[in-house]
Amino acid sequence: MTRRYQLTQLEALESEAVHIFREVAAEFERPVLLFSGGKDSIVMLRLAQKAFHPARIPFPVLHVDTGHNFPEVLAFRDRRAAELDLQLLVASVPDALNRGFVQAPPDGTRNRIQTPVLLEALDKHQFTAVFGGARRDEDKARAKERIFSFRDEFGQWDPKNQRPELWNLYNSRVHLGESIRVFPLSNWTELDIWHYIAQERLELPSIYYAHERTVFERNGMLFAVNEFCVPRPSEPTFTATVRYRTVGDASLTAAVRSDADTVEKVVAEVAGTRITERGATRGDDKFSEAAMEDRKREGYF
Amino acid sequence: MDILRLATAGSVDDGKSTLIGRLLYDTKSVFTDQIESVERASRDRGDDYVNLALLTDGLRAEREQGITIDVAYRYFATPRRKFIVADTPGHIQYTRNMVTGASTADLALILVDARKGLLEQSRRHAFLSTLLHVPHLMLCVNKMDLVGYSEDVFETIRAEFTEFAAKLDIGDLTVVPVSALLGDNIVTRSTAMPWYEGPSLLHHLENVHVASDRNLIDVRFPVQYVIRPQSDQYRDYRGYAGQVAGGVLRAGDEVMVLPSGFTSTIRSIETADGEVEEAFASMSVTIRLTDEIDISRGDMICRVNNAPSVSQDIDAMVCWMDDAPLRPGQKFAIKHTTRTSRAMVKDLQYRLDVNSLHRDLGAEYLGLNDIGRVRLRTTQPLLCDEYKRNRYTGGFVLIDEATNRTVGAGMVNEAR
Repeated sequence: MTRRYQLTQLEALESEAVHIFREVAAEFERPVLLFSGGKDSIVMLRLAQKAFHPARIPFPVLHVDTGHNFPEVLAFRDRRAAELDLQLLVASVPDALNRGFVQAPPDGTRNRIQTPVLLEALDKHQFTAVFGGARRDEDKARAKERIFSFRDEFGQWDPKNQRPELWNLYNSRVHLGESIRVFPLSNWTELDIWHYIAQERLELPSIYYAHERTVFERNGMLFAVNEFCVPRPSEPTFTATVRYRTVGDASLTAAVRSDADTVEKVVAEVAGTRITERGATRGDDKFSEAAMEDRKREGYF
Repeated sequence: MDILRLATAGSVDDGKSTLIGRLLYDTKSVFTDQIESVERASRDRGDDYVNLALLTDGLRAEREQGITIDVAYRYFATPRRKFIVADTPGHIQYTRNMVTGASTADLALILVDARKGLLEQSRRHAFLSTLLHVPHLMLCVNKMDLVGYSEDVFETIRAEFTEFAAKLDIGDLTVVPVSALLGDNIVTRSTAMPWYEGPSLLHHLENVHVASDRNLIDVRFPVQYVIRPQSDQYRDYRGYAGQVAGGVLRAGDEVMVLPSGFTSTIRSIETADGEVEEAFASMSVTIRLTDEIDISRGDMICRVNNAPSVSQDIDAMVCWMDDAPLRPGQKFAIKHTTRTSRAMVKDLQYRLDVNSLHRDLGAEYLGLNDIGRVRLRTTQPLLCDEYKRNRYTGGFVLIDEATNRTVGAGMVNEAR
């Protein structure tokens, strides 16, 4: 048999993801895709487009807005949703704080309190399947999560009680109030994502590429000076050429020094990099060895 | 660059996590912050050396107990291949995880401790790999450093395993002596074992030929989703979307649709990036036919002269994965390709002892992690092949309709 009947790595990953998108659309009445304007969710949207072409993507997208956003990313989010004629739903953490639905933790970060806001939005709209862009290479807890991740009526993940997942058969049955989180990018790595962005010529928010920014250093990471992230007197600010590897909560997401201002340069940089995406840029996962596991158990993605 | 999916299995102390950690480390697939985190954790535990196993033991309970609870997926790449590792726990109560990991694997990697030789678990893992029809099997005799890199020890284990393997339907077997801890025969051939003339572990993983393992003969296209755009531009468009489960389809091919039996011709095979000339196993595509016939999810496109069995009576091996046992007379939901139906257990023919391969014909139930041969009667016909011929049209899962749990995995022997 000749090699032409073997898919390349990106083709195989794309085919698997497209299969997952179609399976959810076929089996669930109300799916929704989490869309933040970040690179993984942009890849997710492209895969969803491919799965249903030439029809429109048959579900809405939801953004859990922490209120701590990079303006470039919000602008991108709105534009992309409009281009694809998608219904964009926003669940707002600032709104939930105003209503007293959640309380701001003393450190001002909003990672933990976005979980109840997400769960409230899923409940309000009666979504039974929720697409997330999480990858198994991101974290040790995620490495153990199924592609169809069952969540009880509290949105909680129970790592010891996961449904076996064989071949390409996914169990989509849930009782009222329960839901499935679906992760089509489970088998992708950060480098696969960038190769795909390059292959598909996907447009990204500008902050993923090298630019000059006023920053300060905290816990060995570089943070942008903005309304959410104010340096302490002991933290001098300076200008550096940086880019973002992830775009989460702007008060928690750090930049990395980089000259990579094109997708090709970013691919080369990621291929040679020696620090994980979350380790380099996410203050939220550094607190404990099991930080992600704990948050997932509470209903986080 | 293509993808190799491998499943690893071993007993609790065979050093499986260390081996995976070693592969990740030596292919530079672990990052400095992960290494630092592992170094810190090793120090905290009072380990003498950097415990590479901590790279893969993810959950808190696992770190506390020093065992692996669930299938963990790992990724590494060399310039030749991307590797997806389903790292499955070895202890007996987690057989269902091994079956999960093996179901999509191109290669199963089984570890034994050179000091202990083959254990019941090693035999069980080899059996499960062949039951799940993993095309390539690799036995790693680990901890060779602790037996003085002895050729005799290695040869004894190899001979014993080969004898056991003769009873199984193993396609391709490779046996390699390694030390995961010290890196012998992992990436490069070890100088400590000049008597070993085979490939290093990684060399084999990079070069094992998997393109021909997929079924490229029997055309099988389970219809997953019907695409009908509600737009003026595509008013009459009707496309059948799905992932090719077998064979090669081309535009112009005459095809038959099951279960209706209607025939038509493939008008085009489409993707979002345009039409393709042909589609082969594992590609996700959209097929359009020249005729307007009624086709929906769960139907199967095949060839007129090469069709799967269409049957409500299924004879299958079942791996039971739930605490509540399987007994004749019970009813379940059955999910097979894109079709979901209901099935009743007509009869349990035997339970298989996976260590001795003895068949217990008097068995009255299958408990958690048991494997047995059952006869099922389904409410709708399944469009299936023998599992050995095609994993994707021969495999199914059973779902408890009350709890919604996935309770069993089945592999079709025969459909009549």
